[in-house]
Amino acid sequence: MEAPMELLRQSINPSFTMNAPDIMPLPSFPAFATDFKSRTMNPITTGTSVVALKFDGGVMMAADTLGSYGSLARFPNIERLLRVNDSTIIGASGDYADYQYLRDIIEQKVIDEACQDDGFGIKPKNLHCWLTRVMYNRRSKFNPLWNIYVVAGLQDGVPYLGYVDKIGTSFEAPQVVSGLGGYLALPLLRDAVEKKPKMNQQEARAAIGDAMRLLFYRDCQAFHKYHLGVITKDGAKIEGPFEVDVNWDLGYHIHGY
Amino acid sequence: MSSIGTGYDLSASQFSPDGRVFQVEYAQKAVENSGTAVGLRGKDGVAFAVEKLVTSKLYEPGANKRIFHVGSHVGMAVAGLLADARQVVEIARTEAANYRSDYGNDIPVKHLTNRVAMYMHAYTLYSAVRPFGCSAMLGSYDPHSGPQLFMIDPSGVNYLSWVGEATNGKHEMVPEPMFREAEMYAKNALRESDSEGEM
Amino acid sequence: MSLKIHHPVGDVASGDGKQAYFSPYMDNGGSTVAIAGEDYVIIATDTRLSAGFQILSREQPKLFRLTKSTVLGCSGCWCDILTLTRLIEARIKMYNHEHRKQMSTGAIAQLLTTMLYQRRFFPYYVSNVLVGFDEEGKGITYSYDPVGHCSKSTFVASGSSGALLQPLLDNQVGLKNLEGVQPVPVSKEKALTLIKDTFVSAAERDIYTGDGILVNIISKDGIVEQTIPLRHD
Repeated sequence: MEAPMELLRQSINPSFTMNAPDIMPLPSFPAFATDFKSRTMNPITTGTSVVALKFDGGVMMAADTLGSYGSLARFPNIERLLRVNDSTIIGASGDYADYQYLRDIIEQKVIDEACQDDGFGIKPKNLHCWLTRVMYNRRSKFNPLWNIYVVAGLQDGVPYLGYVDKIGTSFEAPQVVSGLGGYLALPLLRDAVEKKPKMNQQEARAAIGDAMRLLFYRDCQAFHKYHLGVITKDGAKIEGPFEVDVNWDLGYHIHGY
Repeated sequence: MSSIGTGYDLSASQFSPDGRVFQVEYAQKAVENSGTAVGLRGKDGVAFAVEKLVTSKLYEPGANKRIFHVGSHVGMAVAGLLADARQVVEIARTEAANYRSDYGNDIPVKHLTNRVAMYMHAYTLYSAVRPFGCSAMLGSYDPHSGPQLFMIDPSGVNYLSWVGEATNGKHEMVPEPMFREAEMYAKNALRESDSEGEM
Repeated sequence: MSLKIHHPVGDVASGDGKQAYFSPYMDNGGSTVAIAGEDYVIIATDTRLSAGFQILSREQPKLFRLTKSTVLGCSGCWCDILTLTRLIEARIKMYNHEHRKQMSTGAIAQLLTTMLYQRRFFPYYVSNVLVGFDEEGKGITYSYDPVGHCSKSTFVASGSSGALLQPLLDNQVGLKNLEGVQPVPVSKEKALTLIKDTFVSAAERDIYTGDGILVNIISKDGIVEQTIPLRHD
């Protein structure tokens, strides 16, 4: 723990107080020097937003199929949703290698669980809690998994939707969108749910479709192909990839460039 | 047993003058004393059955299971000392998990059997340890290799088989004629699947 | 105030362009207000969970019932809050098993100080307000800084609107800067309306406070919970 301690010692502001007018002055981490051991300090191949919402009797989640290499659209056909078991699907934003690492661990956990042969499996809440601990522990070692995970599923028949990011910030919500979609698509979903509080599956699909289209229009790292995960009492399914139907006709009306 | 030890049975790391390792033979005895376990390879799968000896009324239904999952593609049936067998199962699971983490695929049951057999064999070599008092059958099905059944005995010997019968016919649960009949069925099934494969 | 402090990823100008860097902290906002009386204590937090200009959740409770008479209100870095409260809940459970009695508010207050200071050089980025009863059964509030400094009081505001609300409480509950007033103890009802008003005011000015208030009214008879809507903006 030498590196983080040294880092903090140098960076903590002497006027470290919670009630200062500056809301809460977090210790600012200056440009990272090379004099300590640095680990994953930036993501490499990344996936953008994961979009998810609860509907009447289930949960739905979508993630596009693009793995970006910086601003380069490097891998156009990757899958960012993982069907964990009959009742749980997770989606990942951020570093794709970190996701693959964690996916292998989760898949092994599921196998171990099945070997117990006791009729119990990992429920969404358990997985969400476990993920939170993993993410927090890694951030505390200054070696984060550079991802946001969205956990969707049925917890004893009740829709469950959770979020956890790379430092272990974790919560449940009726709609969850990770990454840039938090600014673009989340208000859209919240609006749709406010207008129609008890959506059926069809309406939820439409709302997710709209969100994915919006993201493709506005997010440079989004893609027009996406997978859709649906969890209902009939089980967990990953469908797709689907195509976003887009209309660029507007472009013909723009002149002057 | 004709020569009872005569001092050569105190360690797994010592041969008797006529070339036997008594500790291993005693371990095999432990298997013969236990309830029978049978495995049968058909043309589209492998089936296990174990004799359930309920030695106490205090056991709940489902206690002391002797058929185990090893990963998602392999099943394992055991005979002998259950506590020893459980450890062997755990070894098999760990080996399967390690293979998966290294190569990203399910371990072929041939290799899994080999690794577990090597582990059990190692326990017949040193004076500080005692051999496992159990036999294990590993069965699996995968689209590439089809149904497969292997068996490991306490010495660490392992072999491919059509019919596994972990107590070596020394238990009355599976009488000789029935064993032969099962073997015949299994061989026929195999012949059928082989000829299908040739076409 | 620059945006970067709210995000675990920020940008640092480093000669040729920008580079993402990692910070283990995030300010998720949230405010806590507590007022203690002779035979009661009230604690309230808002239910908004923020990250920069995003609202992560509109209904995130930030009060933690530690015992039948002790409640902890937290704001700050949410991942640290989750970890800290889970650890303290475990410690209180262990105390129960060892001593076969409920941990007193004072003992929990001391425990919290110790737990925070243990991470002196990698702090839990949390503003804590702990409320309960003292040995005589009077309501009491404890407020903390992130590294374990603790101060005892009968009213406190903390979190993102702490600096905004504390002077109001000083005046209305502590009767500061007033002339010719009789120091009458604040009634439960008065305290409750005061708390609601403070949150309504805070929600007007502070973007990290809003959506709803979760109130716990703690007395000898137990804890009564109440939720009140706030600005949903």
